[in-house]
Amino acid sequence: MSFRRILIANRGEIALRIQAACRARNLAWVQAYSEADADSLPVRSSDHTILLGAAAVAYSYGNAARVIAAAQEAGCDAIHPGYGFLSENADFAADCEAAGITFIGPQADIIRRMGDKATARRIAQGAGVPVIPGSEGPVSAEDGAALADRIGFPLLIKAAAGGGGRGMRIVPDAGSFARAYEGAAREAEAAFGSGAMYLERYLEKVRHIEVQIFGDGTRFVHLGERDCSTQRRHQKLVEEAPAAGLAADLVAEIREAALGLARAVGYRNAGTVEFVVDMTTGDFYFIEMNTRIQVEHPVTEAVTGLDLVAEQIAVAEGQPLSWRQEDITITGHAIECRVNAEDPAKGFMPRPGTITSYAAPTAPGLRIDSHLEQGHTLPAQYDSMLAKVIVIAPTRTAAIEAMKQALAAYEIEGVPTTIPFLLELMDDPVFGAARIHTRYVRDVMWKGRPLQQML
Amino acid sequence: MADINIESELTGNVWKIVAKEGDNVAEGDTLLILESMKMEIPLMSSDDGVIKQIKVKEGDILNEGDVAVILTA
Repeated sequence: MSFRRILIANRGEIALRIQAACRARNLAWVQAYSEADADSLPVRSSDHTILLGAAAVAYSYGNAARVIAAAQEAGCDAIHPGYGFLSENADFAADCEAAGITFIGPQADIIRRMGDKATARRIAQGAGVPVIPGSEGPVSAEDGAALADRIGFPLLIKAAAGGGGRGMRIVPDAGSFARAYEGAAREAEAAFGSGAMYLERYLEKVRHIEVQIFGDGTRFVHLGERDCSTQRRHQKLVEEAPAAGLAADLVAEIREAALGLARAVGYRNAGTVEFVVDMTTGDFYFIEMNTRIQVEHPVTEAVTGLDLVAEQIAVAEGQPLSWRQEDITITGHAIECRVNAEDPAKGFMPRPGTITSYAAPTAPGLRIDSHLEQGHTLPAQYDSMLAKVIVIAPTRTAAIEAMKQALAAYEIEGVPTTIPFLLELMDDPVFGAARIHTRYVRDVMWKGRPLQQML
Repeated sequence: MADINIESELTGNVWKIVAKEGDNVAEGDTLLILESMKMEIPLMSSDDGVIKQIKVKEGDILNEGDVAVILTA
């Protein structure tokens, strides 16, 4: 089966990236857009477009019924959701299939199972993949106190319905448990309407290592790992491939664990299995699986020379996976920096606005994925990412140097950006030594700076 | 006793109002949470004091520099 026409149900740089993959496969596409994006580059670079609705996500890219109706109106037989919005919405994937439209992604059932943290944890355990020691579900204060001794200290009490750090306590020892549980449960009840709490081993310094996998339902490969430890507010700022400074046998184990999970669910599409590596013990643990193409896929493309988005389309057409594991080689070192419309000097505060001047650098080994241009207005309704700067070089040291040159030459005016932070990071000795942990930006680099508490 | 205007430092929606009029607050306490570019950003008190007036409601759009809360310090 070959698709007649694909609806691109996303915006910004990933819309342009999907368009490039359509060109590579000689496929027609229709670019969906919101009122806020009517004059955007992805719309202007498309022969066929369709308006979804108003700028708000609920009326446009996030409106499942409207996106499916748009695909039908535009004569599309497949939808590529990109990342974010509807890309990991199991009901949307099921509704696409019910409407006779191919969802370019995994089956709804897999999205649903891997999207539920408790279910994903059970599947991982069943596949022999290590998970962070903790309770299997919510526990009472009394049961939790007994379980806490078995999990070990320090541990984390977390709200089952929680997020954003609310209803969460780090407990250093058994003597502090009861009081911490009571406080966290009270906070969770007020914030989320539920005081259900679960327990997890607290890992102080971890690196975030994730493995890019790909499957067609019967054959599965990994495309190496990425290090995504540079984060703020639990969101990634820099990604690189391969992960530097990890023992080869640990990397092999992590890759095999990711493949084991892909096999366990009969995975189809591009996917990412995320792990944390405890920097103290060297142990690694599964945290979640992303069942979509990710922002940071270009670093994997850079070191493998493969087109992941084109392969997503091929597999969704029912073709067998193009690659066997032995076909995949990792060459060189790639780094991706996310350039966001944020002010690092003010706690990475987002800054909607208009780009008054724009000039992107060019160089061998440099790729910039962006929808930006002079005069472009950044709507407050969508995320703050302006561009991804990706470099590939023979060594990590050379890649860092190439990234510094690219960032220094990148001209974006009209809004503050994260470029000053990224340049500072490229010169940071801990980053240079590949010893960044997930709280490094907040707890070390930004310590004592204004609005550190916002990170 | 003086009134202090707490202004929004960014353009965004008022996602959640945390504090109430009459509350005693300390410098750094979160008064409300704004949402902009898919990020939640707390608007924090710049001083110790009592909340005199909350000038916004959830769902309102705030522009940079708009007064969201008046504090008596």
